[in-house]
This record gives sequence, C-alpha cells and structure tokens, in this order.
Amino acid sequence: MAEPLPTLDVLRRELDAGRVSSLELVEAALARAERLEPRLHAFVGLRGAAASAEAAQADARRGRGEVRSPLDGIPVAVKDNQVLAGEPTTCASRILAGFVSPYEATAVARLRAAGAVVIGRTNLDEFAMGSSTENSAFGATRNPWDLERAPGGSSGGSAAAVAAGVVPVALGSDTGGSIRQPAAFCGVVGLKPTYGRVSRYGLVAFASSLDQVGPFARSAADCARVLQTIAGHDARDSTSIPEPAPACLEALSGDVSGLVLGLPREYFVAEGVDPEVLARVREAVAELERAGAKMREVSLPHTRHAIATYYLIAPAEASSNLARYDGVRYGHRAADAATLGDMYRRTRSEGFGSEVKRRILLGTYVLSAGYYDAYYRKALQVRTLLRRDFERALAACDVLVTPTAPEVAFRLGEKSADPLRMYLSDVYTVSANLAGVPGLSIPCGFAHGMPVGLQLLGRALDEATLLRVADAYQRRTEWHARRPPELA
Amino acid sequence: MSAAPHPRYEVVIGLEVHVQLRTESKLFCGCAVRYGEDPNHHACPVCLALPGALPVLNRQAVELALRAALAAHCTVQGRSVFARKNYFYPDLPKGYQISQYEEPLATGGFLDVELDGEGGTQRVRLTRIHMEEDAGKSIHDRAVAGQDGSHVDLNRAGVPLLEIVSEPDLRSPEQAGAYLRALRQLLRYVDVSDADLEKGHFRCDANLSLRPRGASELGIRTELKNLNSFRFVEGALRAEIERQAERLDAGERVVQATLLYDPATERTRVMRVKENADDYRYFPDPDLIPLEIESEALERARAALPELPEARRRRLAEAYELSAYDARQLTESRALADFFEAAARAHGNPKTVANWVLRDVLQALKERSGEIDATALAPEALVGLVRLVEKGKVTASNARPLVAELMQRGGDPQALVRERGLEAVADTGLLEGAVDEVLAAHPEMLERLRAGEEKILNFLMGQVMRRTRGKANPAAVRDILNRRLKD
Amino acid sequence: MARITREEVERIADLARLTLRPEEAERMTGELETILEYVASLEALDTEGVEPTSHAIPLRTPLRDDRVQPGLDPEQAVANAPERDGHAFVVPKVIAEDET
Ligand SMILES: [Mg+2]
Ligand SMILES: [Zn+2]
Repeated sequence: MAEPLPTLDVLRRELDAGRVSSLELVEAALARAERLEPRLHAFVGLRGAAASAEAAQADARRGRGEVRSPLDGIPVAVKDNQVLAGEPTTCASRILAGFVSPYEATAVARLRAAGAVVIGRTNLDEFAMGSSTENSAFGATRNPWDLERAPGGSSGGSAAAVAAGVVPVALGSDTGGSIRQPAAFCGVVGLKPTYGRVSRYGLVAFASSLDQVGPFARSAADCARVLQTIAGHDARDSTSIPEPAPACLEALSGDVSGLVLGLPREYFVAEGVDPEVLARVREAVAELERAGAKMREVSLPHTRHAIATYYLIAPAEASSNLARYDGVRYGHRAADAATLGDMYRRTRSEGFGSEVKRRILLGTYVLSAGYYDAYYRKALQVRTLLRRDFERALAACDVLVTPTAPEVAFRLGEKSADPLRMYLSDVYTVSANLAGVPGLSIPCGFAHGMPVGLQLLGRALDEATLLRVADAYQRRTEWHARRPPELA
Repeated sequence: MSAAPHPRYEVVIGLEVHVQLRTESKLFCGCAVRYGEDPNHHACPVCLALPGALPVLNRQAVELALRAALAAHCTVQGRSVFARKNYFYPDLPKGYQISQYEEPLATGGFLDVELDGEGGTQRVRLTRIHMEEDAGKSIHDRAVAGQDGSHVDLNRAGVPLLEIVSEPDLRSPEQAGAYLRALRQLLRYVDVSDADLEKGHFRCDANLSLRPRGASELGIRTELKNLNSFRFVEGALRAEIERQAERLDAGERVVQATLLYDPATERTRVMRVKENADDYRYFPDPDLIPLEIESEALERARAALPELPEARRRRLAEAYELSAYDARQLTESRALADFFEAAARAHGNPKTVANWVLRDVLQALKERSGEIDATALAPEALVGLVRLVEKGKVTASNARPLVAELMQRGGDPQALVRERGLEAVADTGLLEGAVDEVLAAHPEMLERLRAGEEKILNFLMGQVMRRTRGKANPAAVRDILNRRLKD
Repeated sequence: MARITREEVERIADLARLTLRPEEAERMTGELETILEYVASLEALDTEGVEPTSHAIPLRTPLRDDRVQPGLDPEQAVANAPERDGHAFVVPKVIAEDET
C-alpha cells in the first residue's frame, strides 16, 4: 500500500477502530516516500527500520491499552534542521557532513513522547536560507503539483511530503516565511506560531530572534493538534514564553460570526502581486464574510520596509550563528590544512553553499565597525515600527487576512540567479517574524493550476483564533481536500 | 616599598581583571565548574556549541556579580544586555564569546586602596563591572599536542567570569599591585570568588602609557596580557615602563600593541601590533533576554553584604584599640577577622588575643597554606590555651608551638598540654630544689645579682627553665629567687 | 549609504573566515551591492528616538538554579570530532596570525 495517507484525524480514528496498525501506516509512509523520492526529493534521510520498530512499539502500547495521545503511532516527518538524538542532522549543508546529534530538539522530543513516529528528515534550503528548497547540498525538492516548480522554502521538503500524502503532518521552521510560503505553494496548511511559543532548543539556529518551529498538516484541526503537542514553555530556551500549550482544539467551533477580520491595505496593492492570487484571496474573504465575520480595512504602513529590515537582521544573526561551523568539534574539515587559519578558511569555503556565504558576508558587513548603526541598529528600530503597526492593526481587529505569497509556485531555477528577486517572494511573510506574531497559511483555491495560500495573522499567543478561522473556512470549502495529481 | 617615581614621565596604568565567580555550574549550562580533569569531561551541547543548543543564565552568577558590584560601590544598572563578541579561535566553540558590552551590569564605583608603608589610601575609580563566559583551553605544548597541532579542552568553556575594569588612575607598578591585592581581598571577603591565582581565578591585563610630567594628554598605550601573579604584574609594568621610556627618550613613538611579559628575562615582548582596531562585531545576543535587576533584589543584595574590609579595619582599630597596622593584619581575610573577633569576645581581653593571633596564629598559618577556617583550630581552643598560660598551667614558650599542633589536629588545649607533659611545675619543693641546684652551680651569680646586675635574673631563670624542661612556672621561680636573694 | 567594494568584500570574507575565488568575489560584490542598495531605502525613514527591538515578545530573563546537571560523557563529547587525541579535540598548528 503506497497510497496517499489521509489526515491525522482520519488516521487516528482508523487506529482507534483497529482497522489499521501503526506499523502498516509507517510502512506505507516509508514505501510512498521511497517511491516518490526520485521525482520529489522531499527527504534527506529516511529512518526505515528504526521507524518501523517504533511503530511496532506503538502498536504494542495500543494492545496494552496504553495509548499515549492521538498522535501515538502516527507517521510524521521533521525538517532536517531539528536534531534527533543519535541521528544525523545536515541542514542540507556539506559542512555538517557526518554529524550525529547526541541530543534531541524539544519539539521533536515532545512529538515523539506523544508517540509520533518520525519516518524521515526532510529537505530544506541550506540552513533554512532560501525560499525554494533549491539551495540544498542534496539537490532541490520539487512541487508535487508540478515537478518543474519549486515547493517554496525553506521547509520545502516537509511541505512537499505532506502535500504528496507521504505523512499527514510534518515539522518545519519559519524565519521569514519558511513554513507559510511552502505551505501556500504546495496547497497545505502551515503554521508559524508566536515567537517563543515552541521551544527553539535543538532547532539549528539561522536567525535566533526570528526562528520558530511549527507544523504542516492538511487541515487546521490537525495543525492545532500538533501545536498543542509541541508548544509550551521550555526551560532550556531563554526566549521560550512561560505559558502552557494553548488549548487550540477546543477553540475550533466552526463559528466566526462577530470576529473582525482586517484587510491590510498595503498587502493588496503591492507591486508584482499576481491579480489571480488576489482574486482567490478576495473570494476567501467573501466566504468568511458569509460565515459571519466582519471585514475591516486596516493599515500596516511600514510594510514596504519589511524585506529590507529582514535582510539586515536575519543575515547579521546568521553570520554569528554560523561561526560555530569551524571544523573543530564536528562536521566537515578540509583535508591537509597546515595551519589553523588555513583549516578554518578552507573548511568553511568548502562546506557552505553560495546563498549561505552571501548571507554570512552580508551579515558580517552590517555588523562590522562603522556600519552597525547605519544598518543593524537602524533595522532594529524599523522593527519596532513594524511591531507597532501590528499592535495598532490588531487592536482594531482579531485577525489579519492577506495573501501568503504574491504569486504561485515559481519554476525551478527561475529566481536562483537573482538573490534579491528571491528575497522579495517573502514580502508578505517576513513581517510576522519581525513582529513575533503568529501566522497561518491555508489553501484557498488555484491560480494557473497551482495552489494559492491565504495568510491569517494574529495577536501574539492567539494561535487559537487563527486556527478557528481556518477551521471554519475549511468546514465551508474543500480546497484543502484537493490532492495533487498522483505522481506517475 | 614605594619606588621612586619616574623622573621624566608620568606613568598611567589601567587594569582589567577577570575573576572567576564561585558557582557550582557554568554561566549558561549545567556543566560542573571543575579543573584538573581529563579534557572535555565537563561539556554538554551548550558549551560544546552543538547545532541548536541554547544558553540559560545561572542565577547564582548574577547574584555574585551583583554582590561584587555593590561591594565596589558601583551603580548597578536596572537593565544589562548580553552581547556576542565575534572572533574565531579553537577554544571559543561558538565563534563568539557571550559578554556584556554596551550595557554592562554595573558602572562607576571605586576601591580605596591602602598604600603600604605610606599609611594613606588612594581611591581607584572603576569604569565598569560585567559578566562574561570564559573560553576553553588550547594546549600548544608540543609535549602534549605534538609537532603539527594543538589540543582543545572545553572544560573551562562557559565558566562564569566577572570583568572588572579600572579607570587609568594608577601611577606606579606598586600602586597597581596594591590595587590588585585590595581587589582580591574584597572579592574574597564578599565570597564572590576564591580568587586563587594559581588556579587562574584572578587574571589581569594592564594598559600602560607614559606622558611627559605635566602633560595632560595621554600617551599611546600598550596592553600587557595574562599577568597571572602580583609579582608578574609589577615586574611586567616596570619592564614596560622602561621599554616605553627608552623609546620616548630616543625620540621614537610608542606603537599600540599587545605585549607579553617574560619573567625569566624580565622583559616585555610584542605579541601583536594593533594595526587597526579589532572588529568583534558586537551585537545583543538574540538567544538571551536583557537582564533586569529590580530595586528590591538590589536592596536585598545590599542588605546581605558582609562588612567590607575597610570598614572592618576601622571598626577593629577603634573597638579594640589596635594600631592601624595590627588592624590591617587582622582583617587580611574575612576568616581571620572572624576568628579574631570570636576569640576576643570569648576571652575578654582583645589586646592579649590580638598578640597571640598576630604572632602565633599568623606564624603557624604561614607554615601551611590556606585560611584559618580551613584549619582545625577553633577560636575557643586558642582562648583555652591563652588561659592556661595566664593561669601558669603552661609557660608561654611551651604553649606557642602548640598553636600549629592545634591547627593540625584540633581538640582541647588542656589535653594536648597534658599529653605532651608540658604542664607547668608549680610544686614549690621541686622548684626550690632546681633553683638551689642552679645557684650551687653558679655561686658568683647570686652575688652579681645582689650587686644590681638585673640581667642575671634572666640568666638564672633560663637555667631553672632548662632544668625543668621549660615547665617551671616563671612567677614561682622568680619568687624563690627573690627569697634566696634576701637570705 | 556607501556601496560595497571588492576590497571590502574580501575584508569581510576574511573576518568570516571564508576564501572567495576571484570570480566568486566579483559576483558577490555585485550581488551585495544590489542588496545594499535595496536596503538603503530604510535611510529615508525617520527613526529618531525609536527604541530598537531585539526581541519581539517582551519577556523576563529566565534564571537557572546553580545546580550541576549531567552533560555528555567525554567519549560522546568528542565523538563527532574530525580529529581527536584521547578526549581532546585536535586542530592544526596555530601560528601568530591566527591569534586574536
Ligand atoms: Mg573580557
Ligand atoms: Zn555545558
């Protein structure tokens, strides 16, 4: 059986009813992953026998009546920038060649403690730097809806794996849109929680003040369940919010009447946005209005500065975060270096790909003597202005509704020669990372035959309302149930 | 030990001291702070800088830092920020050191330093005190690491340090030495650090420049690194003053550089010329939240501060009528001062106790290493011994060596005196016998004593002591001799 | 804001311990110039008196109790090392210019 897997909620009921075993599910997921891998290339590594063994244990628990959670025995995938104890983590980089983590990321550990079975580690842009999953040392992932197109990025492997029905849910990470944009491109649900909602312990840092772990799923309800499992305070992450995991599932009432949804003016007039994409978003807005939500136009006046702000802050943090890859304690080391300096330079030059080097250089530059105030400090000040934009807008409404990306999935290679054009594809997503607020992307139709994403942005810690709106929308529409044509 | 000032140049010195805070675990992870073990025995994902690991600040390190800042009269900042200092070196696993830069824990402050032999004090202003993590250890020694490489041990990586930066207020190597001794004493007083120099708990870098006497502008300074004993600091500064003065005398410029001191040749040697300023690309560490110290926490810390050395010195001098010098000696460490005060209270006559502590306790301490509270000698035991002497149960000269013994094994002084057979002989018959024997052996002496030669009394006393193996009660012997004199 | 020169790119590459091939340095200079030109749009924005935001969500510093927690055993600590001697990491010879 290598059929696409249904949603987590369906699988859970099948398991509970005894109509299927966890071992069958996990082996089906592995078989499907392997069959699609040559065309999709969603995975960096599959866990094969180890995953099957964990599934058998889940079945044994179930047999004893000791089911740990609704996730017990469910196959999942994890972006390969979150460490699993005793297993390799590559971040899709040559520089981590051979690295085996002796410890486990908190979010992964919580998912596994709930019984979920990680079947594999998914592909990404090297160190999560990119918007297409083309910057992987192991080759690009492809979009299940059109193999000539990018799945988005950087969590393209996780998005593609969920879209192709390999796994019902997967973990990604989002620094400037790396969950939401690939979710939109692949026609799945992707949630970037509030900064600090999910522990970053064990998430390999790209830009520490922006990075956040979150789930991909085929429905808002499944997303809610995964969030509830992985969220909540972690004493090992100083930036973790000291709040328990939100009770999102309870909030999924299907009712949005009385909620005020804000339409940020700037997101609908942006240059280069595909009118077809905007049309789908407006249709979704109309649907939500029919469901009883009130619409209101709002303004996020500093939106046009978000990309510049982001591409100063993120590379600056990255340049420092990536200094630890020095060939001393783990990972790649250049052969036969005569001196320490030679070893450092050759190791890092051989180990990092172009995009990573570009961002290290940019970040080093903006932090260096004489430029700090003009670039880095300035960006932190604009970040304050962006944050205030959101505070003001979200005082007047409950949720902001926008497109997730200005266009549908672009063709592989289309933007790789032009870094700035690639950066601009994050135009709708980076603000949420800069402001720390949660963001959710859900499928809302098609343009040019490719899925379109609707983005919902909310108040800090209010993932529940985002998921409630998404769930209500999904009860009234069927876009999220659409499947890519079976990959021949 | 005040050396003559330089005839032509005024010396300007500022010191940066790194002090290891006395914690059980590292600054940002739970690894033990421990030395002398095999490499990488105290390491975890955080201090190894594994991908994905994150720092969490140690509460005790903050409390100790706060205590030090208050003891040094600093202004504690309500908000301080941990920043990353970026540079590559194998003992710096993250490729950056977490330190405080633009917004340190504390600013201002001062230390009043007593200058040896001059009686006066000098106020040395502090620029700042901040927290940071230590680096690991690179071992370049060929015997260990071989010809073509170096070894890296991260046991020390992440150990909490306090960096204490002084203003350039010091004017001589001797003042620098006195400042460092006072700083070390203060930190030990408030229990912030063991400040053990041999273990590298207290490390000093110095900035030094010369300017022609009377000039107001500062000269170009050089930096002396890793001065790990007080003797080295003074030696290195003297050598560097000489080196800079020679250059200036020859009409050359001093080049801004980092130097190392070689104690064998007593010379400084340029390690690195600073062509352009280092570019450490400091920025706030996004993995850590700014540290906020609330005023209540600050007041609690202030209230919990023990009496500081200066204040204690003054109080002891006044309360016990001690000389400034004696008071200084007795307050050298908090443990010694505590010991003295406990003994003085138990005994009732502080002067007597001070004499015993200053002479016998310090003497015995010098012969071993460590503080009084690390010995087995309790203040009550010293008082017991002193009382035995006062009651004539043991002679002072027999009692003094017992101080060291009591430090070693502790216990009751009376039992020790008995065990050693040192109980003073007060038996008049026995003593009269001994006196008569001495007088019989030296018949002329009694005559000379009668003739008024006072020192003869001491000679005769000594002879009697020899015969009684020092156990004779001196007062009783003197009585007998006086009687014989009148006979 | 000043654009970036090839020399500056090489200086920062050196700070970041990266060696760029000549054509790579040339290409990077061009790309960084484009990006810096784009981000220079922030200059027009008045941020006088605006507090910088390092963390979007205001939190209190969490403090950890000073208790020793088990770390990795030394064998695990050096298990990933490209080169080791016993439980020490081994790096190539450090020469004067590597000293910071
Ligand atoms: Mg320092
Ligand atoms: Zn550690």
